[in-house]
Amino acid sequence: MTDTWLLAVLTLDATIRVAAPLILAAMAGLFSERSGIVDIGLEGKMLAGAFAAAATAAVTGSAWLGLAVAIAVSSSLALLHGLACITYRGNQVVSGVAINVLVAGLTVVLGIAWFDQGGQTPPLSQAARFAPIKLPFADALHDIPWLGDLYHELISGHNLLVYVALAAVPATWWVVYRTRFGLRLRAVGETPAAVDTAGVSVELLRYRAVLITGMLCGIAGAYLSIGQSAGFVRDMTAGKGYIALAALIFGKWRPVPALLACLLFGFLDAVATRLQGIELPGIGQAPVALIQALPYALTVILLAGFIGKAVAPKAIGVPYVKER
Amino acid sequence: MNRDLPRWIDVGVIPAVNILLAFLVAGLVVLVAGENPFDALSVLVIGAVGYEEAIGYTLYYATNLVFTGLAVAVAFHAGLFNIGGEGQAYIGGLGAGLAALSLDGTLPAWMLIPIAMAASGLFGAAWALLPGWLQAHRGSHVVITTIMFNFLASALMVHLMVNVLIHPGQMSPESRVFAETAWMPFLHEMLAGVGITIARSPLNLSILWAAVACVFVWLLINRTRWGYAIRTVGANESAAVYGGIDPKLVIVGTMCISGALAGFVGINELLGVHHRLLLNFTAGYGFTGIAVALMGRGHPVGIVLASLLFGALYQGGTELDFEFEGITRDLVVVIQGLVILFSGALAYMMHPLALRLWQRFRPEGGR
Repeated sequence: MTDTWLLAVLTLDATIRVAAPLILAAMAGLFSERSGIVDIGLEGKMLAGAFAAAATAAVTGSAWLGLAVAIAVSSSLALLHGLACITYRGNQVVSGVAINVLVAGLTVVLGIAWFDQGGQTPPLSQAARFAPIKLPFADALHDIPWLGDLYHELISGHNLLVYVALAAVPATWWVVYRTRFGLRLRAVGETPAAVDTAGVSVELLRYRAVLITGMLCGIAGAYLSIGQSAGFVRDMTAGKGYIALAALIFGKWRPVPALLACLLFGFLDAVATRLQGIELPGIGQAPVALIQALPYALTVILLAGFIGKAVAPKAIGVPYVKER
Repeated sequence: MNRDLPRWIDVGVIPAVNILLAFLVAGLVVLVAGENPFDALSVLVIGAVGYEEAIGYTLYYATNLVFTGLAVAVAFHAGLFNIGGEGQAYIGGLGAGLAALSLDGTLPAWMLIPIAMAASGLFGAAWALLPGWLQAHRGSHVVITTIMFNFLASALMVHLMVNVLIHPGQMSPESRVFAETAWMPFLHEMLAGVGITIARSPLNLSILWAAVACVFVWLLINRTRWGYAIRTVGANESAAVYGGIDPKLVIVGTMCISGALAGFVGINELLGVHHRLLLNFTAGYGFTGIAVALMGRGHPVGIVLASLLFGALYQGGTELDFEFEGITRDLVVVIQGLVILFSGALAYMMHPLALRLWQRFRPEGGR
C-alpha cells in the first residue's frame, strides 16, 4: 500500500516538474492574449530564454544573472512582437511564427559559434543552477507515514522557479482581476475603442501586456535550462510553448483553470513517461506517443465546443486603428 | 495606405527591400558568430548553384517548398492561416506510403504511382478537413487547431511507425522498402534514357507535378468560379454571403485543397527519394512554406521564385557545415525566420517611408 502511495506521490511530483514551465508560459500568454494580442511565439521566447540563461550561467557561473539575461532576451523578443503587431499592425500569427523560427535557428547558430558543442551549452555546476530547496523539517518529518512522503517528495525539494511558477498563478489572478491595470487589460482585449475613449492609450497598455508576457516566458525558459536541467540543448522547449498555449485556451483564458489544465497536461506527460516500455494487460506496449498527444486532442475537442465553449477575448488578433 | 504607391514599388521594390533587410540581419548574425558574411554568402551561392549536382538538389528542395508554399497561399486567399502544412505533409506521406506498401506487389508502375499520388493528396486533405470544418461550423480558430493537428500527426506517425508499420527485425522505425514499381523515376535516369547525361541527384519527376500544381492554383484562384468564391470569402465574408456564396463550404473546401497540396510533399520525399515510410521526412518544409508564401505574396510565380531561393538556401546551407567552423546549416533557419519577420510581420514597416520618398521624388507626370 505504501509503495502505491509513494508511486502516486512521485508521479504527482513529476507532474509539478513538468507543469512548472507550462504554468509560467500559460500565465505569460494570458497577459498578451487578454490584451488582444495573439501569441504563437511563447515557444520561441521560452527557447530564447532557456538559451540565454544557460549561456550566461555557463560564462558567469551565476544562476541569478542567467535568469536576468533570460528575462531580458525574452522581453526584447516580446517587444519585437509588439512592434510588429501593435505599432506596424502586422499579422500577429505571422509575427509569432517568425519569432519561433528565428529563435530555433539563432539559438543553435550562436550556441555552436560560442561553445562549439553542437548547439549545446557546457554543463553547469551546481552553483550556476537553481538547486532544489529543502523546506524546513523535510527530513525530520519524512518518517511520518503518508504525510511525510507527501511533504518530503511533493511539496519540498523543488527549485526556486517551481515555487515562482506556482506563485505566478495567484499573482496573475490578482493583477488581472483586482488591479486597475488588470481591468484595463481585460477591457482592451474586448473593446479597445472603449478604453481609447476613456483616455487610456491602447498601444501603451498592449505593450505593457506583451512585456509581462516576455518576462514570464524568460523565467519559464530559465527553468528549463538552469533549473530542471544543467544546460541548454537544441530545441529544448520541444513544443512546450504550444502546450502552454493549449492549456491557456483549455482554461478559457483564465488563470486558475489554465493552471489546472497545465497540471492535467503535466500529469499526462508524467504518466506517459512512467509507462514507457511497460506492457499493459490487453493492449500490449503502452501507446506512449498517443498519451502524449492527448493534450492536443483535448484542446481541439474543447475548441470544437463539445466540452464547454472556449470564448477568446473579443478583440484578439485585430490591430487597433485609432479613428482619424 | 499603399493606395498612392505605384504598383512596381508595392510589389517590386518593397518586398525586395524587406528581403534585403532579412539578409542584412542574417549577415550580422554571421558576423557575431565570428565569420565573414561575404564568405558565407559565396559558399551558400556556390553550394546551391555552383555545380550540376547542387542544382539538382536545389530543385529537389524547391519542389517540396512549391507544394507547401502553394498550400499556405491558397488558404491565405480565403483569409485562412493554415499553419498545419507540416502535419498535412506528414499524413499525405502516410497516404502515399500506405498505398505503395499495400499495392506494390500487384499493380504496375503506371497504375500504382498515380494511385499513390492521389492517396497523398487525399490523406493531406483529410488532415486539413477537420480543422476546416471546425473553423466553418464551430468557430474554432484554424490557426490553433492546425497547430494541434501538427502535433497529433507527429504522435500518430510515431505510434504507427514504432508499433505497427515498422519492418520486423529492424531497429529504426522504418517500413520495408517499396517495390520499384512505386518509385517515382529520378530525372537523371529519365534523361539518361534519352541519351542526356546529368549528375545524380534526388531530383525526380515530382517536380513536374509541382509545376502542374502551380498552374492549377493559378487557374483555380484567378479563372474559376471557385477561386472567385475563395477570394471573396477572404476579402469580406459577409459580402460573400450577400453574393450567394456559402462561406462554410468555401472554408472547408479551401482547407481541403490546401491540405492536399501540402500532402504532395509525400510524393517527392517518399515515392521520389526515400522509397519507404519513415519518421520526420517533412523536416520543416511545412513551416518554410509559410515563408515561401509570404515572400511570393501568394502568387504562383512568386512562390516558384521564393521556392527556388529557399531551395538554394537549403542546399547551400549543407555546404556551410563543411566550409566553416562557426556556422552551420542552421543559419538557413535564421534567414527563414528573418524573411517571415520582414516580409510578413513587418510588411507594412517600409510603407510610410516609401510613400514619403515617392511623393518627394516622383517623376513629372507620374501617378
